[in-house]
This record gives sequence, structure tokens and C-alpha cells, in this order.
Amino acid sequence: MTRTKQLIRRVWQDFYLVIIMAFLYAPIVTMMVLSFNSSKSRTQWGGFTLDWYAQMFASRNIMSALHNTLLIAFLSALIATVIGTAAAIGISSMKQVPKTLLMGITNIPMLNADIVTGISLMLAFIAFGISMGFKTILISHITFNIPYVILSVMPKLKQTSRSTYEAAMDLGAGPVYAFFKVVFPDILPGVLSGFLLAFTMSLDDFIITHFTRGAGINTLSTLIYSEVRRGIRPSMYALSTVIFLAVLALLLVSNFAPRKKA
Amino acid sequence: MNKPLIDLVNISKSFDGTLVLDDLNLSVKENTFVTLLGPSGCGKTTTLRIIGGFETADTGSVIFEGEDISKLPPNKRQLNTVFQKYALFSHMNIAENIAFGLKIKGKSRAYIDDKIRYALRLVNLDGFEKRSVDSLSGGQQQRIAIARAIVNEPRVLLLDEPLGALDLKLRQDMQYELIRLKNELGITFIYVTHDQEEALTMSDTIVVMNQGYIQQMGSPEQIYNEPENAFVADFIGESNIVPGIMLRDELVEIFGARFVCVDKGFGNNTPVDVVIRPEDIDLVEPEKGTLRGVCTHLIFKGVHYEMEVTTPDGFEWLVHSTDLCPVGKEVGIHVDPFDIQIMNKPASEDEEAVGVNE
Amino acid sequence: MNNSKRLLAGPYLLWMTGFIIIPLILILYYGLTDRNGAFTLANITAISTPEHMKALWLSLVLSFVSTVICLVLAYPLAMILRHRGVGQKSFIVFIFILPMWMNFLLRTLAWQTLLEKNGVINGILTMLHLPSQSLINTPGAIIFGMVYNFLPFMVLPVYNVLCKIDDNTINAARDLGASPFQTLIRIWLPLSFPGIVSGITMVFVPALTTFVISNLLGGSKILLIGNVIEQEFMKGSNWHQGSGLSLVLMIFILISMALIAKYDKNGEGSAF
Repeated sequence: MTRTKQLIRRVWQDFYLVIIMAFLYAPIVTMMVLSFNSSKSRTQWGGFTLDWYAQMFASRNIMSALHNTLLIAFLSALIATVIGTAAAIGISSMKQVPKTLLMGITNIPMLNADIVTGISLMLAFIAFGISMGFKTILISHITFNIPYVILSVMPKLKQTSRSTYEAAMDLGAGPVYAFFKVVFPDILPGVLSGFLLAFTMSLDDFIITHFTRGAGINTLSTLIYSEVRRGIRPSMYALSTVIFLAVLALLLVSNFAPRKKA
Repeated sequence: MNKPLIDLVNISKSFDGTLVLDDLNLSVKENTFVTLLGPSGCGKTTTLRIIGGFETADTGSVIFEGEDISKLPPNKRQLNTVFQKYALFSHMNIAENIAFGLKIKGKSRAYIDDKIRYALRLVNLDGFEKRSVDSLSGGQQQRIAIARAIVNEPRVLLLDEPLGALDLKLRQDMQYELIRLKNELGITFIYVTHDQEEALTMSDTIVVMNQGYIQQMGSPEQIYNEPENAFVADFIGESNIVPGIMLRDELVEIFGARFVCVDKGFGNNTPVDVVIRPEDIDLVEPEKGTLRGVCTHLIFKGVHYEMEVTTPDGFEWLVHSTDLCPVGKEVGIHVDPFDIQIMNKPASEDEEAVGVNE
Repeated sequence: MNNSKRLLAGPYLLWMTGFIIIPLILILYYGLTDRNGAFTLANITAISTPEHMKALWLSLVLSFVSTVICLVLAYPLAMILRHRGVGQKSFIVFIFILPMWMNFLLRTLAWQTLLEKNGVINGILTMLHLPSQSLINTPGAIIFGMVYNFLPFMVLPVYNVLCKIDDNTINAARDLGASPFQTLIRIWLPLSFPGIVSGITMVFVPALTTFVISNLLGGSKILLIGNVIEQEFMKGSNWHQGSGLSLVLMIFILISMALIAKYDKNGEGSAF
């Protein structure tokens, strides 16, 4: 291939990347710009303002939804990480058949449509007599988060060689001590990324929360949904911008920070 | 009849500002087994990839039978490659892998089937048509990779460290297989390896490369017995490289002792490097030796003893011999004139890399 | 010792039984019974009523079109990223995957802002003295929203699979005489097939079942099957009917799960 051809090809590729990037980011950037626009019109720039941010922070609805969202994300990620990590260790020491079966169950909530998962949980809560509220959202989030943790931890467990664990036992460590001193440090990156993944998934969820939340409680997602159907207010743009930047920061940390350790 | 088939003319190539090949010239004759030999990063694989069309040289041209093919894409070149890790198509079975090139060329079903059978017989894997790639061992995959290449009847077969992933025994078997294949097919092989033994066993011509330069080109015997510089001497087999002074033609002084040799034309009283292979050193009675030393190290290696003899100047001579000399014993060192190889001293580090091209 | 290790999966098993298996059985129970608890197929056959058929058909068409568009857009993108991106975690790849992690309501909200009657796009058109278009509340707007929301779900699995293809496999095809186009058809596409199947499922299932995108971008007149089910649960409160329609929907989900199991045995195309 000649040089010019390579160059032309590169220009085409860059062009394509830019087009797709514009498609992906134009709406987000538009929202960010509008969040600083003092005019309520979407097409006219009325000057820079932070009013919408002030309005957002002053709104009790938004703040309580934010509180719920973060608390649920944190708790559900934490509990899912504990249950999921234990499960991954248990599953990895099983024989082929039960292992395949359990991994199959793990895949259900990931492959199933959210609307079906949401409805089925709602029916279950009602059947079990659990009243809808914070509790039910938390349980639902833990449920769909556990698989992400397992799928993050499993590959690390596969990489951890049996021999280091056995070497620790050979040198006189008990099984529990050997696990926490030798195996756990090895799988820790997987556990952490599982936690972060679960946290992000919980923050992002709308559909399952929608069916399991009950009347009195909102997360940011459900709040945005109900607000948007009434008409968009600029404080929603401010909220969107804040969420976007928060998720961006979270992802940058989880994607690029553990790299140094590896 | 042995006319040049491929000529590389003034090839240079750099990656990210690092020069990998510097003004390389190489001519490959028809129906020969040429090996590009050198340590990793010497530019041998890049040279092969430029011939194959997977890299474009920054400058220079690739001439195939007098025609410039530098700008031809790989699929338009009359040569085929056997890749380092086989690069078989995992979504196809063995027959489909071998048929790939022929199908592209639009050959008839009967012709293709015939060729598959022929190629599998040639690599000793008859009946493997329906097997999947995953079910084959490394050695078998390598044979399939070779079969897949040769059914296209290339004029030249390029092989990029094809035996690198195999274990020792299999590697040795495959070396003989490759020699047999080359003789049966009667085509040119260009072979890349860092394994000097592989190169010595199989090649008609060895091209020793280092840091993007050709250090020496010649028959295996020439490369081994008459290394042109310290790099080649050191890279091919083990050797003692000692500083010396060429007193006059056919006489060299090493550590104050005078050795008769067969080299001429270095001038009088010129500093030189002297190469002496460990198996060419004869251990004799102290008074009969040209140099005297004390044996300081002894290991039994099976076919011979490996010894170190330290001479008063502190140099440790590596000696391979079937005669044992116990540690601590004084011995004499004798070397026959034709076992001494004289090389010009490099004037600078740069020249050391360029080597002796004239 | 291994026995005690296996027990660690106990809490997980209990949890998943309680909150995945039993809830799914409940859907099955509700779907196959009427309000009095008697067995009936009426909830399933209700799919054949004209308004349900219309919603299901529209869902199938829109999600099919969106999936095709996603694939057509994502494959070249994944190819370029593979050639550009150094390693799995390069920054440029991150940029294209990032929107996948954005709150999906926000992404839909963003498009609403652009497409609305007095939204950004029409604003720009008016400024240029061009006639404004009715963009929102059309099937086209829903497709736009689906493609935008789910494109990264196609890019990631395809990209992951492409990254696992050895350069020399491609070189070998070229070496054996295949043109770039033949290499694409005979090598790239078949080798990346697990990723393509995985990507198709990851786009098709949420697109088929969505009620949010249609609600926000399609207006109240366009009903997808997801909207019908959501309304049965949240407004109509006919859970039996809703469950029955969900069961119909699950047939499509099961088909895609089976496809994944068949073509992506080793989980090569998994996105996470």
C-alpha cells in the first residue's frame, strides 16, 4: 500500500470517528451548555448563570432523591460485593455441572429485559407481603448487582494459581489465613472493580426502580422521569451535568487507576 | 541457473523514530535456503515482513525477478508466509484452511481437493482434512501452516521463526522436515530465526544481522569458521575473542606470544581481534605450548569437557576437549595456524555495528 | 476444605432463588391464571388483539431497524478503534464506551431537548430560515433514541472480539491472496461473529422491551409492547394480562439467549 493511500484512509477514519463522537456527545454537551443558560429558551443564549444549580441544590425533592440514590448505590454495591465475592469463590471450587448451573442463574438478570426483572420483583414483593419503599429498591438493586460482582471476580480467581494458596498452607498457614493473606490480595482488583461496576449500575438504573419503588420515594432516575413527562425544567439540565461529571470521574478512576497496580 | 530472484535495494525502515533497518542490500538466489539470523530486534523479521508486503520500507525497493514489487499489496505477491504462531483460521477446518488461497484464486473443486491431499501427504498429516484447528498440537498446526502456504505454489516461502513455539525434540525433527520439503518443492526458502543451530543445520546461506545491518553473509561453514567480526564470532557458537597485534602476514602476537596463522593483508604491527574456537585449542605439556596457563574450571558436558585456562595476563580461555585437565594443573596452549581467525578491530562503536561489509 | 468453600455460595443461592427464580415463577403463575386463580391461556392469547399486535409489530420493526443501524455504525467504528487503540483500556476506546455508562434517562432527555418542536434542531433550522420539522413523536425519533442509547452496547462486544484476532491471521489471509474485501468477508466477519451476536442481543432486547424511549420521544400516541405492559402494571393494574404479555416477550428474549449460547460459547463477546 502506498503512502498516500494510507493517508487518505486515515483521514476517512478520523472523519468517521469525529462523526460518531459528535452523535454521541452533541446531546450531552447541549444539555451542559443549557444548564448555564440564563434564558429558558433552548435556542437563545441569555447569558451565563448558575441559577439553575442553585435551584437544584435548593430543591428538597432533588436533594432527597440524590440522597436516596447514593445511599442505595453504596449499600447495594457493598452487600452485592460481599455476597458476590463469596459466591464467586464458592462457585469456582465447584464441579463442572453445578458451576454451569449457577453461572446460568447469574446470567439471567443480565440477559433478561429489565422490564421483566422489574415486574417479577414487584410481583414477588407483593406476594411476600413486603411493602414497597427504600427496602424493596435496595433488595432489587442488590439482586441485579450480584452478577456484575461475580463476573468481575471470577476471571481474577481463574488467574490466581492454586499453587500459591497451597504454598501458603505448606508454609504453615491455616486455610482462612492463607486465603486472606494470599488469595484475597490477588482478587482484590476484581472485587474493587465489581464494587464500582455495581455502584455505577445502581446509579444508572431506572426501569427496575420504577417498578419496585412504591409511591413515596424517588431516586434521581425516577425523579427525572416524572419531571420530564411534565416538561423539562433547566434545573434538570443542571442535575444532568452534575451526574455526567460524577459518573465520568467514577469511571476514570475505575478504568485508569488500577492499571498501575496490575 | 542460480540467478537472483529477490533483490532488496537500499532498504531503510524506522518505527517511531527508531531506525530498524539501515540501507540494507540483500540478494537472494533462486532455489536456495536463506536464513536471516540475529538477536531479537536486529531487523530480521522486519526484513521478512517487507518482502512479504506487510510493511512498507521508508526508502529503497524490493525487486522480484527484475520487477519492482515494493508497492504491491501482499495478496498480489508470488510468495507465501508461514507465521510465527501459525496464524491458522480457527473458524475453518484443516481442509478449508489449506483451500483458502486456492478458493480465492478460483480453482476448481477437483483441483483443490487434489492439492489438499497432496499437501497433507507432504507434511505427513494424511486424513486430517476434517479436523478442527484446536484439536491439533503445535507441531501439527505448524505443518498445516506450511501446507496452507505451499499449495499456492509460491516461488518463495517466507518463514518467520516457525519453530519458535515448539519444544526441542520436535524442533529438531521439523528442521529435517523443512530441508526435505525444500528439496522436494525446489523453491526458495527465506527463513528467520534467532537460533544459530537451526540456521547452521538448514541453510545454504546465512545472513547474520544486528542492529539493522547485515554483519556477514555466507555459507554455514564460512560463518562459523571465518567470522568477519566479533559480533558474528560471538553470536555463532562460543569463541575466545582476544586482542592481538598482526606483526606481519601470517604471524600474530597474543599476550606476548607469537602464533603462526594463515591470514594476510592486515599490514605490519596492526592491532587486531583474534577469534579462536574453544574446540580448536589443544592443551599440551606446559613447555610445548605457545602460551602457558593454569586450569581454573572444569565441567563435564557429555561429549567433551568444558574447561577454563587462565593465562598470566588474566584472560580466561574457554576450552572444549575430550582430554581432561584437572583444576590447578599448569598446561600449555597450542593452536593450529588455520584455526586462528583474524579480524580488523572496530575503529568505533558505530563501525562495530556496521561490521565488515567489504 | 473444598466443601466449606462451596458453602460460600450458599447466601448467593438463597438470594437468587428468592429474588430471581421465584419472581420469574410468579410471572409464569400470573400469566397463566385469571383473577380467580383459575388456569387460562387468555392472557397469552390476548397478544392477538389488534392493538397488542400493532404494538408488538411496531416494537419488532423499530428494534430491528435500530439493531441493524447500530451494527452498521458500530462495526467500522470497532474496526477503527481496534487499529488505533493500544490495549483494551486505551483512552480513545474509553471515549466511545463512556456514553454507555451515562444514565439512560439523561441520554433520552438530551435527545428530547434536541428534537422537540421548539427544541435545538428546529431552533437552528428557524435561524437558517428553513422550515421547522416535526421530529419528535415519530417512529423515527424513537429509532434515533434507540440507536443513541444502545450503540455502545454494540460497539463494546464487537470491539472486544476484534481485539482478540491476531494480526498475523489477517496477514495470512492477505498473504494467501485475499483482497481487503475478501479478508473482511471470509476472516474478519466470521471470527468476530460471537461479538456480533452478543451485540445484536444487547441492543435488540432492551430496544424491543423499552417503554421509556417511546414514552419520552414517541409521545402518547405511539405504543410499543413495553408501554402496554408497563401500563397494565402501573395504571390498569391487570397484572395477569401484563404477565401474560411479558411471557410472550420472554419468548423473544429466550431466543436471543439461545443464540448467544450457541454462537458465543466462551463468552468472548461479553461486554463486561
